Amino acid sequence: MNMISAIAWREFRTQFLSPLAWTVLAILQFILAFVFLSQVETFTMLQPQLAGIENAPGLTDIIVIPLFGNAGIILLLVTPLLTMRLVCEERRNFTLALLLSAPVSNVDIIVGKYLGSLGLLLIIVSLITLMPLSLLSGGTLDFGKLFANVLALVLLVSAFTAAGLYMSTIAGHPTVAAMGTFGLLLLLWILDWTTSMQDQSNKLFEYLSILKHFQNIQSGLINSSDISYFVLFIVGFILLSILSLDSDRLQK
Amino acid sequence: MAALIEAEHLYRYYGKHCAVNDVSFTLTKGEVLGFLGPNGAGKTTTMQMLCGNLAPSEGRITINGFDLLDQPKSAKRYLGYLPDTPPLYKELTVQEFLHYCARLHGINKVSIADAINTAKERCGLCDVSNRLIANLSKGFQQRIGIAQAILHNPEVIILDEPTVGLDPIQIREIRALIRKLGRDHGVILSTHILGEVQESCSHVQIIHQGQLILNESVASLNAQMNTGTLQVTTRMQADTAILAAIPGVSAIETIGENRIVIHHSVSGGAVEQIIETIISAGWGLEELTPVLRSMEDIFITLTKGSE
Repeated sequence: MNMISAIAWREFRTQFLSPLAWTVLAILQFILAFVFLSQVETFTMLQPQLAGIENAPGLTDIIVIPLFGNAGIILLLVTPLLTMRLVCEERRNFTLALLLSAPVSNVDIIVGKYLGSLGLLLIIVSLITLMPLSLLSGGTLDFGKLFANVLALVLLVSAFTAAGLYMSTIAGHPTVAAMGTFGLLLLLWILDWTTSMQDQSNKLFEYLSILKHFQNIQSGLINSSDISYFVLFIVGFILLSILSLDSDRLQK
Repeated sequence: MAALIEAEHLYRYYGKHCAVNDVSFTLTKGEVLGFLGPNGAGKTTTMQMLCGNLAPSEGRITINGFDLLDQPKSAKRYLGYLPDTPPLYKELTVQEFLHYCARLHGINKVSIADAINTAKERCGLCDVSNRLIANLSKGFQQRIGIAQAILHNPEVIILDEPTVGLDPIQIREIRALIRKLGRDHGVILSTHILGEVQESCSHVQIIHQGQLILNESVASLNAQMNTGTLQVTTRMQADTAILAAIPGVSAIETIGENRIVIHHSVSGGAVEQIIETIISAGWGLEELTPVLRSMEDIFITLTKGSE
């Protein structure tokens, strides 16, 4: 446990020693603030009409759900950049030997790295959450739905990070890892576009699509099957990463 | 005394190529073992296997009684390793990096500061402790690599070409440090510089094309080298036939005008007779230099012989 935290802490800190983490934080916040403000604008425009409708969508539905939905798409682009160097760079800089000859197991290394890079993404999620919370100064929010959205985004970035970590373990070059992660995630994201076609594999594709599960939780329906999809996804990729690091010693 | 490292019948294949072929040896406390071989002989592969970075294709490694494959965590606790490229996080400062290493090696929080200070002192890093590793010269980076390997005071220290990139003064310091460490640790040192082995090691192993072709103590190796070489310069041409007739002289080479190299045996007073002959013949002795017979000769003989 001690080892995991040492590895995770170094990983987390190192991100802030390069401009990458700061740039990502700044740009993401800027873009999402723009999305957020335009949603607030939409809401003020729609407000008179909404007052007439019974059971109308509220502040949370109009602002929070699109904000988190867009955040999900942007993080799909950003996470591969944050995870690409995790193991790949260590191998290229020959620093992996330091970890491999220290009394730490491969599980410690992988889990430590996973948690370290997840840390930055959790900061991003909490910064995004602060935006709708600022609306509390002039209105009320549906906290249940907000919680569901935060949970959905946390699960989403955790899954992205796990996939990125695995790609970084098997790739020889960081850009290859980033490209691989991006391709994999995008494929899983758009898989359910085929669900409109009448086809045998529809059900399978629908289940595999990340977007479907993300949207289910986002809508406030916290379902054990969606949660277990994400948990399986994360655990699966972490296990694959550990196995891949193990096979490093047996290489060639 | 129990052996710190026991390696038994190690093999390592890369595909069909056999990089390490049936290597067995032991290391005990107080030994500095020099691992010698030309490039590509299998030195680094062997070291990587000893440190758990590579799994051997066959064979067994025990470190301080713990099997490296069955109990890797316990075994690696006794290990300090400097790979051929020092494993440094260049974006950290020296202090931060050593602190991270200390935590990785499970040094308890109370003694981390002491351990870091000792390592910094031993490797001469006190003045640069707050500088970024990326901004330091190659020599300093190499020293940080060594500091990292001895930080947790491990029983076994494995150094892969530790003096590469250092200036002559630093090389001397590092060799002295290695000798000092060798007193209460077991040290393995790989190098292709023969002088380094003669100067800092107590035992030597020569590895060539994956096989151990020599495993001896440096002292007994020196004793074995029963031949000496003299370089002689005279004012007038020396008659090599007369010199060659002296008992104990094995060969004479002419390397220039009035300049010869005499190979002779160390025992039997051959040197004395050579000098007496030259002086009494009146050739005008100007220079007489004993050429130190180095391990180089043995090395070349052994590696050539096995081809």
